[in-house]
Amino acid sequence: MANHAVATNVYVPFLEKKGILSWLYTTDHKRIGILYLISVSFFFLIAGIIALLMRIELLTPVSDFVSPHTYNVLFTLHGSLMVFFFIIPGLAASFGNFLIPLMIGARDVAFPKLNLGSYWIYLLGTVIVLIALFQPADTGWTFYTPYSATTDTDVILITLGVFVLGFSSILTGLNFIVTIHKMRAPGMTWHRLPLFIWASYATAVLQLLATPVVGITLLLLIAERSLGVGFFDPAKGGDPVLFQNFFWFYSHPAVYIMIIPAMGVISEIIPVFSRKPIFGYKAIAYSSLGIAFISFFVWAHHMFTAGISEVAATIFSFLTFLVAIPTAIKVFNWTATLYKGSIELHSAMLYALGFIFLFTIGGLTGVFLGALAADIHLHDTYFVVAHMHYVMIGGTVMGFFGALHFWYPKWFGKMFNEAVAKLAWFLVFVGFNVTFFPQFFLGVQGMPRRYATYPEEFESLMSLSTYGSWILGLGVLIMTVNLINGLFNGEKAPQNPYGSLSLEWQIPSPPPHENFEEIPHVTDWPYGYGKKKEVDA
Amino acid sequence: MEQANTEHSHGLEMDPQVEYSSSKLGMWLFLGTEIMLFGGLFAAYAIFRAKYPEMFLEQHQELNREMGAINTCILIFSSLTMAIAVTAIQKGKRMMSAILILVTLICGLGFGVVKYFEYGAKFAHHIYPDTSIFFSLYFMMTGLHMLHVFIGLIVLGVLMVLTWKGTFNEKYSTPVELGGLYWHLVDLIWIYLFPLLYLIG
Ligand code: HEM
Ligand SMILES: [Cu+2]
Repeated sequence: MANHAVATNVYVPFLEKKGILSWLYTTDHKRIGILYLISVSFFFLIAGIIALLMRIELLTPVSDFVSPHTYNVLFTLHGSLMVFFFIIPGLAASFGNFLIPLMIGARDVAFPKLNLGSYWIYLLGTVIVLIALFQPADTGWTFYTPYSATTDTDVILITLGVFVLGFSSILTGLNFIVTIHKMRAPGMTWHRLPLFIWASYATAVLQLLATPVVGITLLLLIAERSLGVGFFDPAKGGDPVLFQNFFWFYSHPAVYIMIIPAMGVISEIIPVFSRKPIFGYKAIAYSSLGIAFISFFVWAHHMFTAGISEVAATIFSFLTFLVAIPTAIKVFNWTATLYKGSIELHSAMLYALGFIFLFTIGGLTGVFLGALAADIHLHDTYFVVAHMHYVMIGGTVMGFFGALHFWYPKWFGKMFNEAVAKLAWFLVFVGFNVTFFPQFFLGVQGMPRRYATYPEEFESLMSLSTYGSWILGLGVLIMTVNLINGLFNGEKAPQNPYGSLSLEWQIPSPPPHENFEEIPHVTDWPYGYGKKKEVDA
Repeated sequence: MEQANTEHSHGLEMDPQVEYSSSKLGMWLFLGTEIMLFGGLFAAYAIFRAKYPEMFLEQHQELNREMGAINTCILIFSSLTMAIAVTAIQKGKRMMSAILILVTLICGLGFGVVKYFEYGAKFAHHIYPDTSIFFSLYFMMTGLHMLHVFIGLIVLGVLMVLTWKGTFNEKYSTPVELGGLYWHLVDLIWIYLFPLLYLIG
């Protein structure tokens, strides 16, 4: 195709077309990204409200707000919705869809129809889970056997929903891998790719290889309940710990499906607002792959107290420490990028800085938990609850909010109120720490997780945590209102408000339907801020 | 490093070369996830066989080796016909390709029929998925495989009709190739299942 059709198309923003069908049948990656964004945000808010209810119950030592059974149901819903419906598809599917083709200089993903299909599958999973909300399970988001095989509540429906969702995740990952391999613009070599792309690639590999394992695990659990298959039932010669092995073989890599895209976001925000080239590009890029690789060999650190052999426990403990290395490499490189930069505290940057600070706490406490002796004491206590929230909220959610504020002008072509955004950030940051930092102490003192009641000596820290959750909730509310308000009343966004060098900022905001009028020729990496520096291709 | 050749394309049509290699890569990745899916079951098999060697030795005798062997032959043969069907369409022999896909499809149906009688015989002997760990594995593994055969039959049916109607030719036969890859995987998995379940000891 040699004819250079002269591009005289008038600029039509991709948001132009209206009507629900134009959305449900769209194959435009930017629109599909918005569909995911709306869906995952919806689940974030629902699961967040459930969390606030749980914290209200925990304000006092006795169960006065909801019954213990209702509390079990609440934490099961909170965990499953947050993990499977918000945080796993979260950044990867919403911002992944929006950004990958834009950043590599393509008009769309490799398989646009498959992309829409993945979203429909996500919707199907959603519908199943919304039905399941009426007969909620009480197993916790981990669905551990033997309890999940014997409880009277309806486990099949919610696991079926998660199972269906897995397909969506797999197909999205497949699409992205092929897109990154095959659709890069001329001159966009691997070492010129934005780091968000490297992160998305590593995430997609995990989605592709780990998700089928949780698929078969949930299928076996369903078979256990419906056909009487006995793999996890000791009475039939099965082994309940086998379920834990299967589950964590997926779910540990899954924690990296959650966090790696957020790390990619941070790698994009930091250099722009430090006006410095990213430090250690290759180290950051390859450490994503390194993390993804190691994450397949650490799953049993969730099972140190489940009766696995001492040899196995020692090996898994050692391997767990290894994950901290590529993780720390990233943190050091981000801080080195900040060093002597001319830092602008845009709201997106505040979230990025919050990420570095909070995720470091989360990661280090993960290392505590990976140490055998410490974990015997800390396992299944509030210490684990604090750890996971420092990595998942302090890490992924900070990255998600940062991404929302950073790419908002590009995606929607509007500006939000920056002062309000900063206020919301402050409330989120403070509220988060007040909620979760006390939980480290609670855990060390022996407060177990997943209980509606607790001894009175824990009351002061527990109620402090609940007050914190209100500040956090208020912060998220203000942020949401601010962002939604910007859509209707915000000023028109310029093409490139931060002077970013990445490809997505070189086209109008919001981008036209097929992104680039003329496919760009890439000649440099996207991080050449301040001085000129080129990484070899 | 390979470069996507999208330089001159306008609109969303991809360069056929890129489209072809993208589809191929996508299919291989998909096969990788399939292997991980069955991998979970294979892992369970390994664990339980190590734990209960006598149970496996004893109970596998309930399975019908002859039927299993026949089915193995059928599938291997069908893989062969599918492979020739792909070569045929790449050479533009549309009719031949369609007929070979039909043969593959008939083989697949034959496999299903044999399996139907096998399952029926098990049920008649009151052997169900909850009878023992061995039969849990047997039904789950062959059941999941049967589901894949079933999906394969639908794919083959569509491919046959399209090939018949002339949708594919020597320049464009990607879907036939991809369908072929999928069918080979279904065959390959059975080739592992057969000795693991039917030929113990
Ligand atoms: C430096 C990296 C990390 C290390 C060394 C680490 C280590 C651990 C260990 C050993 C446990 C098990 C504690 C126990 O149950 O006794 C754990 C639990 C957990 N981690 Fe991490 N972790 C790391 C990063 C992450 C990240 C990035 C996430 C998610 C974004 C995450 C999410 C979780 C969750 C959700 C649990 C609790 C699972 C449950 O419900 O039982 N972790 N971590
Ligand atoms: Cu883990």
